[in-house]
Amino acid sequence: MNNDIFKLGGLEFESRLLTGTGKYADDSVIPDVCEASGSQIITVALRRVDLESDTGNVMDFIPKHMQLLPNTSGARTAEEAVRIARLAKAMGCGNWIKIEVISDNKYLLPDGYETAKATEILAKEGFVVLPYVNADLYIARSLVDAGAAAVMPLGAPIGTNRGLKTREMVRILIDEIELPIIVDAGIGRPSEACEAMEMGADACLVNTAIATASDPALMGRAFGRAVKAGREAYLSGPGAKHSHAKASSPLTGFLHEG
Amino acid sequence: MSFYPICAEYNDAPLAEQFGSVTEHDVRRALNKTTLSPEDFLALLSPAAVPFLEEMAAKASQLTLQHFGRTIQLFTPLYMANFCTNKCVYCGFNTKNKIPRSQLGPEELEKEAEAIAATGLKHLLILTGDARAKSSPEYIESAVEILRKHFPSVSIEIYAMTEEEYARLIEAGVDGMTMFQETYNEELYPELHPAGPKHDYRFRLDAPERACKAGMRVVNIGALLGLDDWRHDALKTGIHAAYLQNKYPEVDIAVSLPRIRTHVGDAFTPKSLVSDTALVQNMLALRIFLPRCGITISTREAPDFRENILPLGVTRMSAGVSTEVGGHTCEEEEKVGQFDISDERSVDEMCEVLRKHGYQPVFKDWHPLQEAS
Ligand code: SF4
Repeated sequence: MNNDIFKLGGLEFESRLLTGTGKYADDSVIPDVCEASGSQIITVALRRVDLESDTGNVMDFIPKHMQLLPNTSGARTAEEAVRIARLAKAMGCGNWIKIEVISDNKYLLPDGYETAKATEILAKEGFVVLPYVNADLYIARSLVDAGAAAVMPLGAPIGTNRGLKTREMVRILIDEIELPIIVDAGIGRPSEACEAMEMGADACLVNTAIATASDPALMGRAFGRAVKAGREAYLSGPGAKHSHAKASSPLTGFLHEG
Repeated sequence: MSFYPICAEYNDAPLAEQFGSVTEHDVRRALNKTTLSPEDFLALLSPAAVPFLEEMAAKASQLTLQHFGRTIQLFTPLYMANFCTNKCVYCGFNTKNKIPRSQLGPEELEKEAEAIAATGLKHLLILTGDARAKSSPEYIESAVEILRKHFPSVSIEIYAMTEEEYARLIEAGVDGMTMFQETYNEELYPELHPAGPKHDYRFRLDAPERACKAGMRVVNIGALLGLDDWRHDALKTGIHAAYLQNKYPEVDIAVSLPRIRTHVGDAFTPKSLVSDTALVQNMLALRIFLPRCGITISTREAPDFRENILPLGVTRMSAGVSTEVGGHTCEEEEKVGQFDISDERSVDEMCEVLRKHGYQPVFKDWHPLQEAS
């Protein structure tokens, strides 16, 4: 298992759980969550980052070893996402960017077309682009063409904690898309993250479920373990599911006897 | 199409009867739904829902936590001028009131901005009285230019403008607007606003929509609760917010829930008493009806009350507030505020209180994009 390395954006990671920085009652809990969960990649909304503030800047709480994944939350168009990405880079946040283009504040569903446009521009500029999209094969293919480093389909709309509602679509992406598939948004319980991993997702991003738990560090640890368990189950090749009972010795085995 | 005909239907409807005929069953059904209709919202605002407040609170609290986390965005208003050409009968800035009037010049504005910025706040709401001649769109534009050096996000709470004027202000760096309809009751409205440009009910009613069309990021609406029967205005405000949210999904729609406060000048008796319970019911119903809607609570409310309602739906709060022109730097005694505030705590104190209750005060929640290109 130790050589099961998660490769993303040219880097290698042991953990397949990505975490976030939003919605915490207190940012000072972030280092504990990172440690307990084992996560090595953390997303941060650039719109919340305030480098000018002497205190209380979320960046102060992100452990140095974490791979920073600034996101374009707040962007309504590809153009705004591109601007935010460039701004993140100029602010010293590195060249990884999670594209979030949302122009529907009622459901917070991502705009696939604008996301693909932003991905193409930023990938050409040398960004490691991780786009957050609906679990849709066509969008995923366009993201592959656009130069994305991974595809991040939603399990359910952001913050709903409804779980892996897009199960069948995510399964198709896992089967069809060569890039890493990171299930992002909607996962509310460790068991759901485990299921996504068991299905063959490459990683999961969990923010709300950890940040709004009564004990975020403990929940972080639970998610870290669930993601690992799911991954191990996937690697071990779970037996196929059958709707009817299957005899353990084949019924037609006799045909080959003697 | 605008919100006007929809609102007109509600104005013509027998709302008192409708509220009165809601049954326990209607309330339960509304509480069990994930997507609520306007009728469900009405049920949750009705007297029949009062015994269900605890259940509503549990649901509202859960929805708020889910969508906004344990964070509260803080902002403060900056009163730039108090010249006003209107006669709103409930307001201290009413043109009839003999109060000292003033307007901040560029230097005073800069100083005021520096004083507010020193508290750490990043979201600023600028206010002027309703006096176009004094606080012209150009004056506001030049003020925004100064303020944007200190604040990543500047919103306006000023007189109703045209779509073109909103577009110009957005270009200048404004990203949010607040517009209180005061009361949605079309018959009552002219009585409360007897003279001045604000007399025009429809121009004001459609102002938030013009701002949405112009491309404003955040549009905050509300009624001054107590001017009319609070249930009627609460209902129409929620329906208005839902209308805007559905039609302009790219705009972040928020609702403020101000209760009428005492002020200088003529005594005004509010039509309906808005008790703490009423305000809470309004907030809970709104949160359950519109789970992603921002809800703003101002310093009109008392400290204890503000703390108690934290988990129920609030997403934004004002802090370190002065309702006087130049109130953050000027020490003159005779300055008069627009209304009396109840929570006079400083920004630091508010942050401490929020943390004590398990909430993170968020100072910055937007980054201006103009500079990035
Ligand atoms: S409410 Fe506004 S428009 Fe009316 S009198 Fe007061 S400042 Fe003027």
